[in-house]
Amino acid sequence: MPYEYPSVTAAPQSPGVPAATDSMVHARGLRKTFGSFEAVRGIDVDVHRGEAFGFLGPNGAGKSSTMRMIAAVSPVTAGTLRVLGMDPQTDGPLIRARLGVCPQEDSLDPDLRVRENLLVYGRYFGLSRRAVRARADELLEFAQLTDKAKAKVDDLSGGMKRRLTIARALINDPEILLLDEPTTGLDPQARHSLWDKLFRLKEQGVTIVLTTHYMDEAEQLCDRLVVMDKGAIAAEGSPLELIREHSTREVAELRFGVGQHEALAARVADLADRVEVLPDRLMLYTEHGEETLAQVHGRGLRPLAVLVRRSTLEDVFLKLTGRSLVD
Amino acid sequence: MAVTTLPSGPFGWLSITWRLLDYWITVYRRTWRGSVFTSFLTPLLYVVAMGVLLGGFIKTPAADLDGASSYLLFVAPGLLAAQTMQLVFGETTYPVLGLIKWHKVYASMVATPLTVSKVVIAQLGFIAFRIMSASVVFILVMTPFGVFSSVGGALGAFFVQLLLGMAFATPIFAYSAALQSEEGFTVIFRLLMIPMFLFSGAFFPLRNLSPVLEQIARITPLWQGVDLTRMLALGTWDTPSALVHLAYLVVLSVAGGWLAIRSLARRLAK
Ligand SMILES: Nc1ncnc2c1ncn2[C@@H]1O[C@H](COP(=O)(O)OP(=O)(O)OP(=O)(O)O)[C@@H](O)[C@H]1O
Ligand SMILES: [Mg+2]
Repeated sequence: MPYEYPSVTAAPQSPGVPAATDSMVHARGLRKTFGSFEAVRGIDVDVHRGEAFGFLGPNGAGKSSTMRMIAAVSPVTAGTLRVLGMDPQTDGPLIRARLGVCPQEDSLDPDLRVRENLLVYGRYFGLSRRAVRARADELLEFAQLTDKAKAKVDDLSGGMKRRLTIARALINDPEILLLDEPTTGLDPQARHSLWDKLFRLKEQGVTIVLTTHYMDEAEQLCDRLVVMDKGAIAAEGSPLELIREHSTREVAELRFGVGQHEALAARVADLADRVEVLPDRLMLYTEHGEETLAQVHGRGLRPLAVLVRRSTLEDVFLKLTGRSLVD
Repeated sequence: MAVTTLPSGPFGWLSITWRLLDYWITVYRRTWRGSVFTSFLTPLLYVVAMGVLLGGFIKTPAADLDGASSYLLFVAPGLLAAQTMQLVFGETTYPVLGLIKWHKVYASMVATPLTVSKVVIAQLGFIAFRIMSASVVFILVMTPFGVFSSVGGALGAFFVQLLLGMAFATPIFAYSAALQSEEGFTVIFRLLMIPMFLFSGAFFPLRNLSPVLEQIARITPLWQGVDLTRMLALGTWDTPSALVHLAYLVVLSVAGGWLAIRSLARRLAK
């Protein structure tokens, strides 16, 4: 007997059109090696429709390598990867038709004018000339570059180039927008305005996958994120979950005279969940910063300056990936 | 939104490649002025200087000039083939590396439904267009000098340029796509292009070379093009040797095309 869909909930489906999948990116044991160097060492990632998903990690963590595999331009070394339910190895063009990609390094064509960069790019997706012209003007407006339409790309500022690259990534109305460090090099105004725009896109149902070095950006934009380190995933969750799991609610920062921090750390060690010694201050990770501070004062210690604040993603990040630069 | 299929089949393949047309039109719009000047003036200067003026001093019997009754008639087809080679070297060296390295244009192209083979084919199409327009101009410039013995010969010479151009374009493209820095171009300009230009029979009959050098010259791609163009211009068509030249150029074009796609794919698949 043929199975019958309950009439109320059945989505209208035309034959031949694959069911809309809610898994936009699905990776299991995903690896990327360059020669003998392992840039990505077996990661599991799931991104769902409509989500904003972030990759955080220090330089060289493997974020861009991962993004390029998801963008179906860099071959997967091992493991499973599905993007929009398809295998990049066999369905690369079809996947790319539905992606918008903003690479870490701008790849605008300096021989073309600003608007031409959009026009030409839209044609690669099979848009008609008329459609692409309309879309280009819309996107120039979106990127606040309308009055630069005829400018040479080389004459744009770094931030303008970035905005143009993002506008170009939107030319095909992508279902997934891949942004590799979208706001690096932007001034605060441009960053905030870009966040607003990304938020609007997300509201329209666009799935966003981004990498960033900015914790505030991750907190603002990402529903969920992973912290990557040395090619592996060190933690995963929403920004709040990560803070709850990997840090305390609050942090008390105490500054003493130069050179005293190391010695004083032992005297406050039992007052906090964790004490970190930096050259210029002590960081006390604790649930209640003011109480801890009172206890510090109670032991007769007089810091030159104190700051009690909430834990941020940055604390989590530094805890998970370490403070020292390892390149 | 909701692109769930792409055009398929051989026509689908072509229609996707065709999507690069606007890119190349836009590029050409930026550069055509310079190229029109050179593609018209260069042939004229060469034909006048070498064919008419230098040729005026050369009184060699036709038998010693591959059947040409004057040096002008001998050198003009050679110049045409040599121009094709030079144009292709220009189009497939710095521009290719530039699109890979300096501007990452190919990388942005293959981030779309386009694939490496389509990107390569479209660029070869553009180069073919450049060869055709330059050849038409060259042939028109040469015609008043009585260089072509027949219309068919001129037409044949035109198609030979296309084939000769592809035979150079594809392997050099493959080479350029594998280069890390532009220093590699100096090598092929000095070791391949200039020696071929001077010694592949464009300016003097190959028999004038020593036997060893003559054999080397006979296996260069440029000689195949020079001899074909010359036979067509002078009406001295010799089918067996023409077939060898044609087969040589076709094999080089196809093998080179395969190499070019492979080379660029490797370069971009990081
Ligand atoms: N094409 C390549 N060939 C060789 N090694 C590479 C290549 N691309 C990346 N790597 C190496 O892989 C590692 C991960 O690089 P990746 O660009 O993915 O890091 P990332 O997390 O994006 O860093 P960043 O924050 O600096 O952009 C680095 O050590 C890098 O040197
Ligand atoms: Mg990166």
